[in-house]
Amino acid sequence: MATPVLDKAEAASAASPYITVTLRIRRFNPEVAAEPHWEDFQLEMDPKERVLDGLNKIKWDLDGTLTYRRSCAHGICGSDAMRINGKNRLACKTLIKDVNPGKPITVEPIKGLTALKDLVVDMEPFFQAYRDVMPFLITNDTNEPTRERLQSPEDRERFDDTTKCILCAACTSSCPVFWNDGQYFGPAAIVNAHRFIFDSRDDAGEQRLEILNDRDGVWRCRTTFNCTDACPRGIEVTKAIQEVKRALITRRF
Amino acid sequence: MSTSEINLTGSSADAAEDAYTLSLDAPRSRTRTKKTPRSTRGNFEMAAWLFMRLSGIVLVVLVLGHLLIQLVLDGGVSKIGFAFVAGRWASPFWQVWDLAMLWLAMLHGANGLRTVINDYAERVNTRLWLKGLLYTATVFTILLGTLVIFTFDPNIR
Repeated sequence: MATPVLDKAEAASAASPYITVTLRIRRFNPEVAAEPHWEDFQLEMDPKERVLDGLNKIKWDLDGTLTYRRSCAHGICGSDAMRINGKNRLACKTLIKDVNPGKPITVEPIKGLTALKDLVVDMEPFFQAYRDVMPFLITNDTNEPTRERLQSPEDRERFDDTTKCILCAACTSSCPVFWNDGQYFGPAAIVNAHRFIFDSRDDAGEQRLEILNDRDGVWRCRTTFNCTDACPRGIEVTKAIQEVKRALITRRF
Repeated sequence: MSTSEINLTGSSADAAEDAYTLSLDAPRSRTRTKKTPRSTRGNFEMAAWLFMRLSGIVLVVLVLGHLLIQLVLDGGVSKIGFAFVAGRWASPFWQVWDLAMLWLAMLHGANGLRTVINDYAERVNTRLWLKGLLYTATVFTILLGTLVIFTFDPNIR
């Protein structure tokens, strides 16, 4: 009889949370082949584990050549943004059970930036755009402050959302305008400009607005909301971009 | 490309070539060197963006009004004929209405297509040709339409 055997198997699977997961990873090593290719890895994983745990298992136990960035592994450092099942996410914040583990889970480097090896991309254009918006406090008074720069809770609230950015590039590399030629500043740079433009303690808002008024600035935004969907910190990115556009037209910020 | 298999840190020109041969995403290189950008207040992109919003609002009224008059009121589409058009264009109000609709709709559409070309056409030559075609068609249609509205002769034989 097949029934007792079946029962036993079901009981075993109920006791062990592990399932077999296939990670389909886009491998690329310029020293071996000019073309990237897909490679499948079968893993025994708890569905409550994260995609990053799967990558670690592969790197530590199966194939040490797998290359990816990760640092804090808790969604703060912004190192491990990647395209998982076609969507930009942080591997350390994505649970296996949430990405349809019944089918192979595809893992690719983020789009629009040059893949250097496997899941590692050249982030330099992204950080160049970030540096271009001058993401630091600029004040008109040249003297060293003798006391704290005070700010009302209402003034702080205006840019609260955009302080959450961890510079993971999930938004910028989900933006179809950025995919095209990479000259567009990208959502992340605009978010970080927004953080200072709307800060009452900062005096260089006008300058930053001029930078974003560029041909490759905020006017290239097509409000497709890909950035808002992609942001692992839940920042309303498109809203921030629209606020910068409004500030450019009304010159009130 | 002939000498090196892959150029990871090259200029954007090399990169664009790589993208087609390697089917990898092109390396992005930003050559933004000037610390302080020139004043771009009131630049073309901003004007174009604003124009799209404002003309869109006006066009909603113009086009919906146009469709209502042409297709719904007074017996609908069957009433439209040479006499109907001639009758309407006898009034300066409808001349201005149609002229505004022509200009706004054509410029609105052309600007929309311009951004589509900018976003999707990757090669410089493709962009040049597509935009040349677009601008030619736009200017031709606007000029022809304007000419007809102003020189319309109801007694033409």
